[in-house]
Amino acid sequence: MTKKKHETPLLDELQGGKWPSFVDGLKRLANDEDKQYSGMMNDLLGQLEHSYKTKLGYWKGGTVSVFGYGGGVIPRFSQVAEDYPESSEFHTLRVQPPAGMHYNTELLRNMCDIWEEHGSGLIALHGQSGDIMFQGCTTENVQKAFDDLNEIGLDMGGAGPALRTSMSCVGHARCEQSCYDEVRAHRTIINAFLDEMHRPALPYKFKFKFSGCANDCVNAIHRADFAVIGTWRDDMKVDQEEVKKYVTEVGRKYTIDNVITRCPTNALSLNDDDTLEVDNPSCVRCMHCLNVMNKALSPGDDKGVTILIGGKRSLKIGDQMGTVVVPFLKLESDEDYEKLEEMAENVIDFFAENALEHERIGETIDRIGLTNFLDGVGVGIDPNMVNHPRTNSYVDTSEWDQEAAKWLERKSDNSTKTAAE
Amino acid sequence: MTDTHVEPRRANETGVPDPFPYMHPVLKKNYGNWKWHDRLRPGVLHHVSQDDEEVWTVRAGTQRQMDVHTIRTLCDIADMRAEGHVRFTTRSNIEFMVSREDMVAPLIEALEAEGFPIGGTGNSVSMISHTQGWLHCDIPGTDASGVVKSLMDDLHKEFVTEEMPNRVRITTSCCQINCGGQGDIAINVQYTKPPVIDHDLVANVCERPAVVARCPVAAIRPALVNGKPSLEVDEQKCICCGACYAPCPPMQINSEESTKIAVWVGGKHSNARSKPTFHKLAVAGLPNNPPHWPEVGEVVKKILYAYKENGRDWERLGEWIERIGWPRFFELAEIPFTRFHIDDFRGARESLNASAHVHF
Repeated sequence: MTKKKHETPLLDELQGGKWPSFVDGLKRLANDEDKQYSGMMNDLLGQLEHSYKTKLGYWKGGTVSVFGYGGGVIPRFSQVAEDYPESSEFHTLRVQPPAGMHYNTELLRNMCDIWEEHGSGLIALHGQSGDIMFQGCTTENVQKAFDDLNEIGLDMGGAGPALRTSMSCVGHARCEQSCYDEVRAHRTIINAFLDEMHRPALPYKFKFKFSGCANDCVNAIHRADFAVIGTWRDDMKVDQEEVKKYVTEVGRKYTIDNVITRCPTNALSLNDDDTLEVDNPSCVRCMHCLNVMNKALSPGDDKGVTILIGGKRSLKIGDQMGTVVVPFLKLESDEDYEKLEEMAENVIDFFAENALEHERIGETIDRIGLTNFLDGVGVGIDPNMVNHPRTNSYVDTSEWDQEAAKWLERKSDNSTKTAAE
Repeated sequence: MTDTHVEPRRANETGVPDPFPYMHPVLKKNYGNWKWHDRLRPGVLHHVSQDDEEVWTVRAGTQRQMDVHTIRTLCDIADMRAEGHVRFTTRSNIEFMVSREDMVAPLIEALEAEGFPIGGTGNSVSMISHTQGWLHCDIPGTDASGVVKSLMDDLHKEFVTEEMPNRVRITTSCCQINCGGQGDIAINVQYTKPPVIDHDLVANVCERPAVVARCPVAAIRPALVNGKPSLEVDEQKCICCGACYAPCPPMQINSEESTKIAVWVGGKHSNARSKPTFHKLAVAGLPNNPPHWPEVGEVVKKILYAYKENGRDWERLGEWIERIGWPRFFELAEIPFTRFHIDDFRGARESLNASAHVHF
């Protein structure tokens, strides 16, 4: 027998229009009378329409998890369950997608089949942290759904005070600007610390994000506690023939206005023969000219990453960006990736031991100062860490000579290393 | 009696799946070996490898919150008109990769026939990154999917063309935590009243010291109300941020009238040209008005089209404002400048003009 459908006049208004409608999808699920989720989705639509009327949300959290894990499920219990009983439990499973969000249709179809059997039939691709969000599951079915998803090779993501699901850009898979193997870095780091994801025990959330270059397509500097951004140390590559072609095509004025003068450090100059002169030591690898003159300009060969620590969203001290903590880490050999993992471990350990409850690592750095943080994670100072040196004199510099000696020692270490390479 | 206890299945802690079994074969073969790319039209990328292998990508917008039927439709298109491999962008666009250029047009035709817009590349307005809202969040001030649907219906043309000075990234957040992130234009909930406290529930539901610690301005203190342990808010100090609402739901921050929408401008993730920036307040006090949020749409379009008309090539929205100055921005966007635009939170003086650089 067909159950009576909730009237949804407000949501119905979001069905027309040129953009694909999520309401169409919700209704299709509610109308799948032969499916176990039909009643749940009808009541879900009813509750959502109620929210549209009253302008209030009606979900509360709780505790739901799967065997052996403490996190990954976002429990949702309805506060208006008496009116919408079948969606009284509407939990989300956060599941990690393949790095770079690559799918074949077999994987997507398997996901749909599993969610049709145990869940609501509603899947968000993807959440802001990069999870596949299987939205809408009863408490009873959470374990069944996870078991089946786990059987096809998917694992739970992060939630709560824990290591969170990560994201990496398309990178090496389809981008000429990519400066390291993002898939390898993403999987190496996250899979090394799965215990921190599945059994939440950190002071608060901790996010890694991996972008192959400074275009930062996964928004790592803004959104990640630990941002890994691809870059290079040697000279950028210039194909002068392609430069000339570009200038011929768009004209000198356009080239000067949109490439040369848009360089943030004035490192570019157009020669009289329409070739490009680059002052490489002044270049900050911002990516603008490489983006614009895509065929002519490319990253150098000596590639690696810049690591920034401490990005986060508003709660509770306002949004913060990450701060440069490692200006350059070569990222090519097995040994390089081990170093990245070691750095990640040091930062996570420091965070676990020193952050206050509900404090992000950026807030910890705010509280204790960058130099104390660097001491804590065993990283030496570098002028690339600051926009400019301090402008106030309120600091005890009595150990200047010792500190200056350290700098000289580090400099000579580096030059020996470079010479050895 | 037989023992029916069954040991639950133990998870395979496999972590992040290896993407290579799912990746398009041309991407896999040329992994780390790409040379350049161009765009044949909005929504179509063409990449060439160092070995002159080529791949074409068709990008389509989705509603993000998808029913299994929509996903299966996308799979059918991928199997029949593409080569069975897709990926998703960080802004919930789907990308179909194909190894021959002549597959592009039929693929676009199939996607458009099912209502999926082709675009979101280059200097377009890409899909709006957003949060859960009333559909699933436990502390939402508004809906997310609905706001996005309404706006993208309106901005459809700017998704399928590349006519902006540079790319435009719009975000929405359904509370002030700003999970939607930084955007060229950000549409975020802005509360305007201190929380209304249900003192009967606080003691049972909330861990009071944790709630006190959560307040950014130390406006919450423990109190005995009607003989029950509860919390009280110094409303003179309260900045109406809603930080207390998540750890203590009886401190209701939302109401039909007081929950407003604010629009912010000039956030930028990329390091291209200028360093990454945060978005800045443009307008507050807009009504939370489902199902179409028309007042929000009006403001967004005003800002967007002022930028489209006045921005120079490659200038992101924030860089455009940086060049023309805030006075002209407020004029062009027809937005009042108020005392609320002047920051008074920590570090505020960094945002004040300490120079004789003045726009007339």
